[in-house]
Amino acid sequence: MVERDTDRYRSLTRRALMLGGIQAGLISTLVGRMYYLQVLQSDRYTMLAEENRINMRLLTPSRGQILDRFGVPLAVNQQNFRVVIVSEQARKIDRMLNLISEIVPLTDTDYRRITREIQRKRAFVPVTVKENLTWEQVTMIEVNAPDLPGVSIDVGELRNYPYEAATAHLLGYVGVVSESELNGDPVLTLPGFRIGKAGVEKFHDASLRGVAGTSQLEVNSVGRVIRELSRDEGQPGRDITMTIDIGLQQYTQDRLNAEKSAAAVVMDVHTGGIYSMASHPSYDANLFTTGINAETWEELLSDPTTPLSNKAVAGQYAPGSTFKMMVALAALDSGIVGPRHSVFCPGHMDLGDHRFHCWKKGGHGTVDFVGALKHSCDTFFYDLAKRIGIDRIHDMAKRFGLGQRLQLDLPGERPGLIPSRDWKQANLGKSWTQGESLIAAIGQGYVLATPLQLAVMQSRLVNGGFAVKPHLTRQIERGAGEQTAWPAIGISKAHLDITLAGQNAVMNQGDGTAFKMRITEPGFEMGGKTGTSQVRRITMAERSTGVLKNDQLPWRQRDHALFVGYAPINAPRYACAVIVEHGGGGSAVAAPIARDLLLEVQRRDSARGSAQVSRAEPVVEPAAAIAVNRGAARKVGG
Amino acid sequence: MSGDYLGHQPELSLGEKLWQINWKLILLLTSIAAVGWTMLYSAANGSIDPWASRQATRFGIGLCVMVAVGLIDLRIWLRLSYPIYAVALVLLIAVEIVGEIGMGAQRWIDLGVIQIQPSEIMKIAIVLALARYFHGASLEEVGRPTFLIVPLLMVLAPVGLVMKQPDLGTALMVMMVGGAIFFLVGVRLWKFGIVLAGAAASIPVAWQFLHDYQKNRVLIFLNPENDPLGAGYHITQSKIALGSGGIAGKGFLMGSQSHLNFLPEKQTDFIFTMLAEELGMIGGTGLLLLYSLLIAYGIVISLRCRNQFGRLVGLGVSTNLFLYVFINIAMVMGLIPVVGIPLPLISYGGTAMLTVLFGFGLVMSVYIHRDIRITRRTMAGDL
Repeated sequence: MVERDTDRYRSLTRRALMLGGIQAGLISTLVGRMYYLQVLQSDRYTMLAEENRINMRLLTPSRGQILDRFGVPLAVNQQNFRVVIVSEQARKIDRMLNLISEIVPLTDTDYRRITREIQRKRAFVPVTVKENLTWEQVTMIEVNAPDLPGVSIDVGELRNYPYEAATAHLLGYVGVVSESELNGDPVLTLPGFRIGKAGVEKFHDASLRGVAGTSQLEVNSVGRVIRELSRDEGQPGRDITMTIDIGLQQYTQDRLNAEKSAAAVVMDVHTGGIYSMASHPSYDANLFTTGINAETWEELLSDPTTPLSNKAVAGQYAPGSTFKMMVALAALDSGIVGPRHSVFCPGHMDLGDHRFHCWKKGGHGTVDFVGALKHSCDTFFYDLAKRIGIDRIHDMAKRFGLGQRLQLDLPGERPGLIPSRDWKQANLGKSWTQGESLIAAIGQGYVLATPLQLAVMQSRLVNGGFAVKPHLTRQIERGAGEQTAWPAIGISKAHLDITLAGQNAVMNQGDGTAFKMRITEPGFEMGGKTGTSQVRRITMAERSTGVLKNDQLPWRQRDHALFVGYAPINAPRYACAVIVEHGGGGSAVAAPIARDLLLEVQRRDSARGSAQVSRAEPVVEPAAAIAVNRGAARKVGG
Repeated sequence: MSGDYLGHQPELSLGEKLWQINWKLILLLTSIAAVGWTMLYSAANGSIDPWASRQATRFGIGLCVMVAVGLIDLRIWLRLSYPIYAVALVLLIAVEIVGEIGMGAQRWIDLGVIQIQPSEIMKIAIVLALARYFHGASLEEVGRPTFLIVPLLMVLAPVGLVMKQPDLGTALMVMMVGGAIFFLVGVRLWKFGIVLAGAAASIPVAWQFLHDYQKNRVLIFLNPENDPLGAGYHITQSKIALGSGGIAGKGFLMGSQSHLNFLPEKQTDFIFTMLAEELGMIGGTGLLLLYSLLIAYGIVISLRCRNQFGRLVGLGVSTNLFLYVFINIAMVMGLIPVVGIPLPLISYGGTAMLTVLFGFGLVMSVYIHRDIRITRRTMAGDL
């Protein structure tokens, strides 16, 4: 028995040691596994743990401001007060929302959105109840804070345009990022982030936007923020200074308000800086930042006067007689006619079996360059066109900036059109006819120009023949001056002096077409050229029964009234172009607007004390007052 | 009860027994428990509340129970083996019935003051009962297959009941402790081979009886990355925590995975992960070393015992501890499926701690009464 016991004990000991060995082996496996996880795979798991732990959050950069040339803010960031609710603190959401709605009205749509967001988001994530609270509402909520657990006020930024409609076409507006605008920049994915959708806001969006900051947050497994590990504030957007003088801009917009649909540009003939650029009707860009309602949007879209379009750069019009300076210079530059060239105007010109009418039925008699511009005699320019052909006119117009985009720092610029033989062949597949040259010579037919191009043309005519280009924003960094050294167009001064004399005569000689609209303040006198462009064809039948007056026509068929001008007359600094859509005669409708604008810009200039207005030579007093009535007479096609 | 079965040695007096208390065993247990308090302190973000303090109290009580159990004569434990097993089995059946009524997984019996988990009692009871059964068995008897039918049923009955609760982890543990004792008493290895083969063959059948969540756990174990945010989350996050700990760890109280709650159940089943995250492989290996020492010491104590019952009880308890440790750590390291076995003495919770300390109380008793001889035959006849 003892022996058997010993056997049994030996057996047990052996088995116990085996079992111990197995256990030791298994524990070694555990150590091996630990080695695998904690040594061999450590880097991978460390990375995964960091990914778990750290949550990068983007900080919205503050959008840069847009300022006018004197630093007056045109686009600013307003504090946008939002009321937010944290569901885990609020507990009874419905009751809280009802209490809030007594202070801030909530629609059914709001209720639905809030409920949806609360269900979708984690309980500690604030959900926006309502944005754009008034100060009064903010105070009410703050005062009632003890009764509103989990409800708080949050401040964000909202773009605001204090000058509303006056700057809408220039500044454009900001809006939420659309799917197609996502380009990988993470800042675009921020909820509520807005980017420029039009105007300067769009053109300079990259600068205005700034660089998003980042905040490294330590979060726990449900995403609740434990603490901030590091923070990079990013860069706020840069301010953009415009060449616009907001005072003049407002004045311009107001001045256009009397018309149904119009546009105007006032610019510096030397620098190309635009002082004001307005398109009427306009809209309030603030509507877009807070979210425009469908009804207003539809209204804006369907309006025949296209309030959403900036007609100063996107409206293309037959320039009418404002184009005649181009024809005159093309003729003088060609050498085909001399500066003393004159033509007898019987009121029409015959080409083949077709008769081309001058706007004045009885004709102007014998006119030279200056006289032809002063009276806007169509026959004279028919004659020039017949002599020099369309291609010389085309080349000259191009040199003055017509028929091309001028690289304005604003989206939406359109090129206009200056026809040529090649152009017609290429685009219409037909050869050019001489009759078309005649029509083009009075700025009709295929010729199209934007108000901006006309203002640039006027600038180049009076700045000594330099190819100035327009711009709306100054160098983004302040301090750097505006460019003034532009390449010369290469027109002889003598020729430019002829058109200058013509434009002077238009305004300041008693029989000029716009004499009645001249500036009489000494030192502020202006030069200019009227234009009236036909939008309908006048049939022979109509001519025989008497051409209908504009007033008798429906608005859509009335002539466009145009005007280009400059001031002061002796040392031109400002150029101006005005178009009044279907406004009637250039001299009667567009000229007074241009006069007021040129007068205002000079007045503001001298009031600012930075005036360089030359008052050396008083302008020659107009000779005859008899011509006044005729000057204001309605012209067709001239 | 003739008293004769107590052998011919004189009774040990209480004083002698107290003198015999194994302080090394207590020191080892306390060291491990202290690691546990430290980790619970960290789990509560550097606070002894709510876990560390209560755990220490429990350990104190558990230690008293252990010493008390150790002072009780081994022969009395021998006598109580079957009754304890019977009570445990009845309780298991009772939970099953209460569970039926309660329409859900039921592991506890609520006595108002305390909750009893019969499956935990069974972990000790099965050791006692098998030790009692094999105490009088000669190698020849063990070699007879028919002799093994009774102990096999003693193992399978509770395993079946626990599995039905369902508590796969505990069922496995009871089965493995049983298997270990079968192995220790000298059951031939080929017999284990047959049983294992049979078990393997029955896996497809057994699969049908598993609950969906148990099936899920096994499937997720096989490929946790497939479901990183769902049920595989626990294993994946646990591995990330362990792996990111590296050799030296992130530092005490600095485990990001644990403290930011990426790690589930960090104060209970996954406490080893937190330890390995904060103290690294050095800390993890250190703890494994402590456990190994405790297990080895248990084996040493057992083999020094002069009676078969004591040896088997000591080895059974050591094996029990090993199984706890291995299953828990292998689970948190993604080596085996998540089965819900705590890390003994360290995981927050009283039941497992009490089981382990009660078990080591028996080991203590084995140590104190190591020189007592218990005759085999008288025993069998007497009880």
